[in-house]
Amino acid sequence: MNSSNSGNVGIVIVSHSPKIAEGAADMVRQMVGSAVPLAWTGGDIDGGLGTNVAGILEAIETAWSPAGVAVLVDLGGAETNSEMAVEMLPEDRRARVVVCNAPVVEGAVIAATESSGGSPLAAVKRSAEEFYA
Amino acid sequence: MHDAHASRSGETPVPLTASAVLVNKVGLHARPSVKLTQCAKGFSARIELALAADGPWTDAKSPVKVMRVKAPQGATLHFRVTGPDSKAALAAVLALVHDGFGEA
Repeated sequence: MNSSNSGNVGIVIVSHSPKIAEGAADMVRQMVGSAVPLAWTGGDIDGGLGTNVAGILEAIETAWSPAGVAVLVDLGGAETNSEMAVEMLPEDRRARVVVCNAPVVEGAVIAATESSGGSPLAAVKRSAEEFYA
Repeated sequence: MHDAHASRSGETPVPLTASAVLVNKVGLHARPSVKLTQCAKGFSARIELALAADGPWTDAKSPVKVMRVKAPQGATLHFRVTGPDSKAALAAVLALVHDGFGEA
């Protein structure tokens, strides 16, 4: 987990594998830099492959920005658990967190690139989702 | 004199164009694409790039689109820039390409 203070949109990476999540975060830091709040989470509570809502909530908290947070997920449970985590957020924050329909690694790099230029949350999401356009 | 001054204000009616050869080894792959789009986003001008002087043109502020150009080392990158800060924008993107995006 790492973060950075800025008004840019935060990026959260959620993978079933903590190694993938951490590796994707490394790519974001190396390629895009540190102007973007960033956090990652992966694995179930027993340390196996999977995702858990508490971990995702913590990552959203770490990467929190007044401009909002874009969440990049890999498969099935990562998405449903992320959506559950968003629903559990305080109401004033809920509308400022989006789960992107994008590949987790590429989407994280592109979303962070968009965010580093000061783009709003909707533009960050749209840019990440260009991969499936 | 007055006419010349008038055409300088606001949007540049005719786009500024220039080209530069990609010198870095990997060409316009992921990392250079990110650097180029980050640089382009710093300007309000519309910045487009192409592999030929007559296009097709790609929005230089979109990292996904820039990566899809797949420009290799040795390719000539053409830029077309329109907007109030187009001169500075063109100079900045050209400098980045000339520098090989800070890579070897």
